[in-house]
Parts: sequence; structure tokens; C-alpha cells
Amino acid sequence: MNYFGELFFSGLTRGSIYALIALGYTMVYGILELINFAHGEIYMIGAFTALIVASVLTLKGFSSIAILILAGVLAVIYSAAYGFTVERIAYKPLRQAPRLAPLISAIGMSIFLQNYVMLAQTSDFLPYPTLLPHVPFFDRFSAIIGPSELSIVLTSAILMICLTLFIKFTKIGKAMRATAQDRAMAMLVGVNVNRVISTTFIIGSSLAAIGGILIASHTGRINFYIGFGAGIKAFTAAVLGGIGSIPGAMLGGLILGWTESFATGYISSDYEDVFAFALLVLILIFKPSGILGRATNQKV
Amino acid sequence: MKIADELKKSFFIALWFILLTFPIMVIRVNTIEKVIVWRWLNLLYVGIGSFMLSFLWQLFSKKRNLSVQTIRTTPSHMRRLLDEPKFNRPALVIIAIFTLIFPFVFSHYQVNIMTTALIYVMLGLGLNIEVGLAGLLDLGYVAFYAVGAYSYALLNYHFGLGFWTLLPVGALLAAFFGILIGLPVLRLRGDYLAIVTLGFAEIIRRILENWNTFSFGPSGISNIPRPGFFGINLSSEQSAIYMYYLLVVLCLLAIFVIHRLKHSRIGRAWNALREDELACQAMGIDKTKTKLTAFALGATWAGIAGVLFAAKTTFINPASFTFLESAMILSIVVLGGMGSIIGVVIAALAIILLPEYLRVFSDYRMILFGAALITMMIFRPQGVLADIRKKYDFYKN
Repeated sequence: MNYFGELFFSGLTRGSIYALIALGYTMVYGILELINFAHGEIYMIGAFTALIVASVLTLKGFSSIAILILAGVLAVIYSAAYGFTVERIAYKPLRQAPRLAPLISAIGMSIFLQNYVMLAQTSDFLPYPTLLPHVPFFDRFSAIIGPSELSIVLTSAILMICLTLFIKFTKIGKAMRATAQDRAMAMLVGVNVNRVISTTFIIGSSLAAIGGILIASHTGRINFYIGFGAGIKAFTAAVLGGIGSIPGAMLGGLILGWTESFATGYISSDYEDVFAFALLVLILIFKPSGILGRATNQKV
Repeated sequence: MKIADELKKSFFIALWFILLTFPIMVIRVNTIEKVIVWRWLNLLYVGIGSFMLSFLWQLFSKKRNLSVQTIRTTPSHMRRLLDEPKFNRPALVIIAIFTLIFPFVFSHYQVNIMTTALIYVMLGLGLNIEVGLAGLLDLGYVAFYAVGAYSYALLNYHFGLGFWTLLPVGALLAAFFGILIGLPVLRLRGDYLAIVTLGFAEIIRRILENWNTFSFGPSGISNIPRPGFFGINLSSEQSAIYMYYLLVVLCLLAIFVIHRLKHSRIGRAWNALREDELACQAMGIDKTKTKLTAFALGATWAGIAGVLFAAKTTFINPASFTFLESAMILSIVVLGGMGSIIGVVIAALAIILLPEYLRVFSDYRMILFGAALITMMIFRPQGVLADIRKKYDFYKN
């Protein structure tokens, strides 16, 4: 039970992070039908910004709570700004282009951002400070789940609930659902589609930034390449749950997290990524629409 | 007035980018020594750079909007120049002579670089079948390259088979892997295909890295023999020249085969598939067969290139087969013009040779590729040298 419980909770932690990033993929895919390859890079930039801000503030002697809040808020703002800018530069001019064009442009953006951070910062792994404060309350559960894991799971759960409520009850959330259903029709009934798309990118990027900070302070190290692996896995999670579906992304993230954690725990730890990709391939063969996704017929 | 508006807009864009890049461009933290370096000068570069780029962007966007409205019916100047016999015959002769005498005029080092560039020409041509002709975006093309390289290295190590036996074997194995990867993704749309191929390539690389008893892990395989020349032992310089000619011949073969394929029945089927899958099926084209042949034939060339790569460097390890390699081959195809053979050849030579000679830029190579992929898609999606479908004149006057 003990080993099983450990794996279960480590899977849950991983899964919540995958779910947070997967939400960004799934929301953008739902509206633009585009795989936003640069999303993983936004996550990396969020983690980097938080690291930089936190380091500066630590040297200036701020308290740890102030550091956490300022670093978190600034990282979210910056990631959102990057997400917005990426959409404006690389995707907006290609709205009417054939499908392959925005995809290639997205790959270009991903390579560009990776190398931008590498050249401007460093290509080495940097140690990441534990930004999450020590909450005495969490210690009660430390036999079952570590405090940083618990805060990751709780933060992700709260964010996902907020997002679901936001999509369901706000006006812009309604506009987002309308745009996802039929962009041209939404435009006809007066939805400002460009604004909806920008909002989608901003929300997705903010979630990715929070995911980036949480995971980086959990694992304790970061480099410019972390976005790539996390991006593909989060995409796998999004496809697993049914791309375009928000509860699907959450479910997919959790399933992927558990799969990885149990497979590495009981089979072999060398092939961690292989399990994730093998899962992706299997889903695409047997149920391409994902667990909660609807099979759509191609319109002519 | 117009210009003033544009300048004002560029100014605000520059301001936005200064704010946006501030933490990452200006502050560099050394977390071990607890020092912060403030690089304020970078702000100036970002400001000036983004100001000029956004001004150019607006200029070209206007041009782009105009050119979208008027559909171009005449071929471009470059294309016309290439089709002009007065120009292209002497040019071909010069290129042929240059290619032939190259190893005797230039140093050993230059020959090696040129050989590497030719390997990329072959990879570009192969990926061009998948991406350019059939419209299947393959982000894991490097997997087939790895299959070729490892099949030569491992079969040679275990069974002592020679280069010429293993060249077709490597090609066949790569083609087999092409079909293997192609099969599960047949039902999927283009963007899923991109991710699945990416995933497959990562799986193959991870297996090569971790399955030590099979592939010798991250340390790789060394002492791979160079190809023999009718039983004569060549010195390393002679064999470099030999590899060069071998690659020239094989690249010419690739160009010939792909050119013939492109204008054949199957090539037209690929084009139809690229343009519209549903319409293509409605015309009675077997989608499965067409996609799988594209995968298999594209992978074949990667397999051949892999065998040649292993034979040239005599050492391979999984680090040579990362996603960056796939991205580089993809940029070759995109920059050259999807589907255009001559464009891909020029782009491959340019992308591999330029960073070698302009060492200053070699750090910035990948970032420039990234930027190039985006700008090409926005301003010139057809590539440097656009592909033109062959037309047959019925009435010659």
C-alpha cells in the first residue's frame, strides 16, 4: 500500500501539472483548430520569469510571502503577454492560410523562443528556489503526500474549478464556447472573435505559467528545454481526454500522470517518456477522438 | 501622414517588446554566486531591432495584401531565368565542372563539410516527398535517419556485413519503419500526424539511449568502417573524396528518381492528397496506399542518408538524432519551397554551408531557423523557389 500510495500521489501531482498545461492546448485547439507548439515554451518562460524575479527580490531582502506573490503575479503577466504576442505574430496573419502553414509557423515560434531564452540566459540547468512557503497545516498529511505535492494538487484543482466556472458563467466564456462551435456564425451574431482568441491565449498562457512555477519549484531545477518535453506530454494529455474538451484535458492529464508514475514505478524508470508516447499512439489508433471528445465529421 | 502613423505604431510596438523582453534579456542571475548582472544595453538593441522590424513588417504586410488579391499567373523572375535555355545550360555546365573538381581544388576540411551538406540535400529531398508532395507533416523524420545509421553500424558490428550490402538493407529497414509509423496515423488529420511522428522519433531515440545491450546506449558505436573501394584500402583523405563522389552520385539519383516520381501517377496522387483529402478519395485514389508509399519512399532516402552518415563519421550515438535535427530538415524543405526539388537542394546547401563559413552566426543558427519558418509562412509560403506543376502543351505553334 505504501509504495502504491506514493506512486498514486506522485502520479496525481504530475497529472495536475499536465492538466494545467493541457488546458491551454485544448482551449486553443477548440477555437482555432491549431496545435500551439509554442505553448510549452510559454510554460518555460513563465518558470524562468518567476526564477529571475524571485532571485532579484531575494537579494533585495524581501520576505518569502512577498516573493511568492510578486514572482507568481509577474510570471503570469509576462507569460500572458508572451502568449498574446505569439498569437499576434505567428498565427493571426495565417488565419485564412492552409492548415499546414500555421502549424509550421508554430514550430518555428517554439524553436525561436527556446533559443531566445538559451541565448539571453544560459543553456545550463539552473537551481530553482522553493518558492512555495511552508504551510504547517500541510504537515499533518506529510505521511501520505508531501507538502509541495499537496500544494500543487490543491492549486491546480482550484484553478480548474475557476476556469470551468469562468467558461460556464461569464460573457466572454460564453463567447468562447460560441467561437469554438462555429467561428463564422459567432462572428455573425456579434462576437468579437479576435478578442476571444486573444483571451484564450492569455488564459492558457497564464495557466501554463502557474504550472511552470509549480513544477520547477517542485523539481528544483530548470533550463530552456523543459518546455519541449512538458509540451508534448501535455498535448498527449489533451488528446487523451479528447482535444477541445476542457474536462477532457483534466481527465487526460490525470490519467497520463498515473500511467507514467505506475509504469516507471513497476516496470522501468528508463523509459518514462516512452510510456507517455506509446499511450498517445495507442489512443490515436483506437480512439482518436479521445475519452470525452466528440467524433466530428469533416465538413466539406 | 501615412508614414508618420506607421512610425508611431512601430514606436509603440518597440516599447511593447522592450517591456516584454525585459526580465529575460536584461537580468541574468547567477544563482550560485548570488550575483545579478544587469545588461541594460540589450534593451537598446531590442528597442531598435523591433522598431525596424515592425516597420518592415508593416511595409511587407501591405505588399502581401496586394499580392493576395491579384492571383499570379506568370511564373516568377527566378523561375523564368531558370527555364531560359540560354541561362540554364551554361549554368549547369559550370555547376557540373565545379562539383567534379571540387575535392581537388579545396582542402580536406571543405570536402568533409560539403559531404555533410550533401547528406542534408538527400534528407531534404526525402522529407520533401512527405511534406512537400504529399502534405504529410512529419516531425520525426530523423527517426528514419537513425534507423539507417544504426542498421549499418549494428549489422556491421554483429555480422561483419559490408557497406554495399547494408546500403539497401538500411534503406529497406527505414522504409519498413516508414510504413510502421504510417499505419496508425492513416485515419488521422495532418496535425495529429505531426505529433505522432514526433512521439515516434522520441521513442526510438529513448530506446537507443537506454537499451544498452542492443545499441550501446548514449556512448554510441565507434569504429564503423568506411566503404571500401573495390577492395583497395583508402587513406582517410582518399576515402573522404570517395564519400564525396558517392554522395554526389546518390544525390543525383535521388533528384532523378524524385523528379520522375513527382510527375508520375503516384506523384499526382500525392498532390491531390495534399490539396484535399476528401476530393482525392472521391476521385478514386486509394488514400491508404498513397499515404503509405509517401511514407515509405520518403523514409527510404533517410535510411540511405543514415547509412552514409554512419560510414562518413565512423561514429554514431543517439545525440545525433534529436528533434532539432528534424526541425533543421523541415526548415530546409520549407525554405526551399515545399515540393520544389531545386529549391530544396539550394536551401540545404545554404543552411548547412552558411553557418560553417559564417562562424559568427553559428550560435544564432537555430533562432534564425525559427524566425525564418515564421516569416516564410507569412510572407512567402511557397518557399524561395516555388514549385510549379509541369504543364503539357497540347497545341504547339
